[in-house]
Amino acid sequence: MNLLIKGGRVIDPSQGMDAVMDVLIADGVVLELGQGLSAPEGTPAIDATGLIVTPGLIDMHVHLRDPGLEYKEDIATGSRSAAAGGFTSVACMPNTSPVIDSKAVASYVINKAKSEALVNVFPIGCITKGGKGESLAEMGELKEAGCVGVSDDGKPVCNSELMRRALEYAKGIGIAVISHSEDLALVGEGVMNEGFVSTELGLKGIPWAAEDIAVAREVYLAEFAGAPVHIAHISTVGSARIIRNAKARGVKVTCETAPHYFTLTDDAVRGYNTNAKMNPPLRSAADVEAMKTGLADGTIDAIATDHAPHHPDEKDVEFNVALNGIVGLETSLPLSLKLVEEGRLDLNQLVSLMSCNPAKILGLDRGTLKVGAVGDVTVIDPSKEWQVEAAKLESKSKNSPFLGWKLKGRAVYTVVKGQVVYQA
Amino acid sequence: MGFRHKDIIALKDLTREEITLLLDTADSLSEINQRDIKKVPTLRGKTVINLFYEASTRTRTSFEIAAKRLSADAVNITASTSSVVKGETLSDTANNLLAMKPDIIVMRHAVSGAHEYLAKRVSCSVINAGDGAHEHPSQGLLDMLTMRQKFGRLDGLKVAIVGDITHSRVARSDIYGLTTMGSHVFLAGPPTMMPVGIERLGNVTVCKDMREAVDQADVVMMLRIQLERQGKTLLPSMREYSRYFGLNPEVLTLAKKNAIVMHPGPINRGVELASSVADCDQSAILTQVENGVAVRMAMLYHVCGGEPVE
Ligand SMILES: [Zn+2]
Ligand SMILES: [Zn+2]
Repeated sequence: MNLLIKGGRVIDPSQGMDAVMDVLIADGVVLELGQGLSAPEGTPAIDATGLIVTPGLIDMHVHLRDPGLEYKEDIATGSRSAAAGGFTSVACMPNTSPVIDSKAVASYVINKAKSEALVNVFPIGCITKGGKGESLAEMGELKEAGCVGVSDDGKPVCNSELMRRALEYAKGIGIAVISHSEDLALVGEGVMNEGFVSTELGLKGIPWAAEDIAVAREVYLAEFAGAPVHIAHISTVGSARIIRNAKARGVKVTCETAPHYFTLTDDAVRGYNTNAKMNPPLRSAADVEAMKTGLADGTIDAIATDHAPHHPDEKDVEFNVALNGIVGLETSLPLSLKLVEEGRLDLNQLVSLMSCNPAKILGLDRGTLKVGAVGDVTVIDPSKEWQVEAAKLESKSKNSPFLGWKLKGRAVYTVVKGQVVYQA
Repeated sequence: MGFRHKDIIALKDLTREEITLLLDTADSLSEINQRDIKKVPTLRGKTVINLFYEASTRTRTSFEIAAKRLSADAVNITASTSSVVKGETLSDTANNLLAMKPDIIVMRHAVSGAHEYLAKRVSCSVINAGDGAHEHPSQGLLDMLTMRQKFGRLDGLKVAIVGDITHSRVARSDIYGLTTMGSHVFLAGPPTMMPVGIERLGNVTVCKDMREAVDQADVVMMLRIQLERQGKTLLPSMREYSRYFGLNPEVLTLAKKNAIVMHPGPINRGVELASSVADCDQSAILTQVENGVAVRMAMLYHVCGGEPVE
């Protein structure tokens, strides 16, 4: 597909680019970057004057609930939500039903995405068979089928020996291992962060140590095995500190956090608000600050949403029994832009966090607008104000703690392989 | 002044004036409990549903008697966890109950926040008879009424609360109510049962040693230790618990001469309280039970709009 994007501020950290220019895409591939580009007659064009043009945003951690849990979300609706959020690519977690632990299920996702998805969908396979934490899944075959990483997300791999072997094996075949890090014994029956709010509400708390200990284990295992590990959704001061120190001594560890962890504290749970129930739980103000610092100083490599759609019946219940998770694809960019507005990040850092770095971690040929790269582009209007309304979310589920929030900035064009798949 | 709340979910939500009003009303209603014919027509024609998801004969009976003494029709539903197991949600239950047109639902539920959930979804009044580890406002009020009767005031009292604070809804309601009314609360208990930030709930001091909490106290409130709940991780043994956190006559001598001993019941004799302490002159445990009926009458009366009592 062909497309000319004219006069936008092109920000592409992968080639140190930040300047006003045109981007010409031909046959789905970036053909030329420069000023005053001309395109053949009939090439569709976008006037990006005053807008920001970036390599297509990548959310490396979403739950599309397909196969098996399509009442929450499916590949079509999830990809529409992604496109509306400015994402050209998403990586989807394998805790579906059945789980993605075989070539057959991975192929189902890839094929369904080919026919129904607006954006690129890259499946992540299981680390262990059935996601049960007992023996290694067939990672070679998962990779061959098109999986871009492995994770037992939703649960940690409790057995340290098995995790060690997973890291070693994955390194050998060149597939990313993504760790959902929590010490389940410490989590116990906890349903929110352990702190003053849990004391006041009389809800069982989850201590930050449950995350820190598990993150520390992954760091030591990665160091020992000489293999890379990516830590999903970090949320604590301690996790950020452990990873910062590990990086400083050369451990191959990367990590992501989610917009809710740098935007909300456990205060959001007051009133037993089930849209503020997630895992890891919303933490304290100090943790929120640590996420911002970690994003700014490079400790945190990526912003991912952990988009976790749930049916209203699974959230409109007493807090204890509500399921964990929130939808995030459509609010991620404006919540992240808020950090730019606050002066905590610059736009180049933001694009690295939301596009270049996730591509690098997963080994995708995306996250860049270099000539010859796939023509995935996000065009952002950083000053567009809008309100989050359930009825207007493209996701099948509406479980967001940000409903009613007035946000600033959003994607106005989402372009996949030179084709506009979303326009605000 | 009137009472403007549809529901009574938490003492945290009540002002000093509102608590005083409830206690004053309970005081005046308690006279009815002394009459030969213990019944007034105040809530005639009103329907009260006692919906208990957790067994508690004491609290349920107390609410039932309170409703009946005010001439309300009281219906008990022991929503055994069976309906929960069958998949009926609290919201289904709420809709079914509403179809019966109750005026008040008195509920006990094992989940913190269940009442807030229910109250948002029903038009009738909801009274919290205990939710998880959150609040137990009627217990808090009857505790305060008992103290106020004994000392004539709550302002400036030193109240020691000893035991499992983390899991205690009684402790939270007592802390909110008492500190709102000007008392100073001293807490003691095993460190595994002292939740983060509890001292921020009000005028609360956390003590390392039970003796420090009891020292010069006007009131010593011993909480029930729920043997089944502590599992294996929170306490080495009941024996050790009673040795360090049980109230025996010797520790009680540290309190003021005229101090009273309280307990929300039922007591584990020999664990929280030595039997001799439970039955001593300073024990106000039976007065608490008696005050329970009057306080619950006051709660029912005020959520119904507080028409004149005959
Ligand atoms: Zn996870
Ligand atoms: Zn996840």
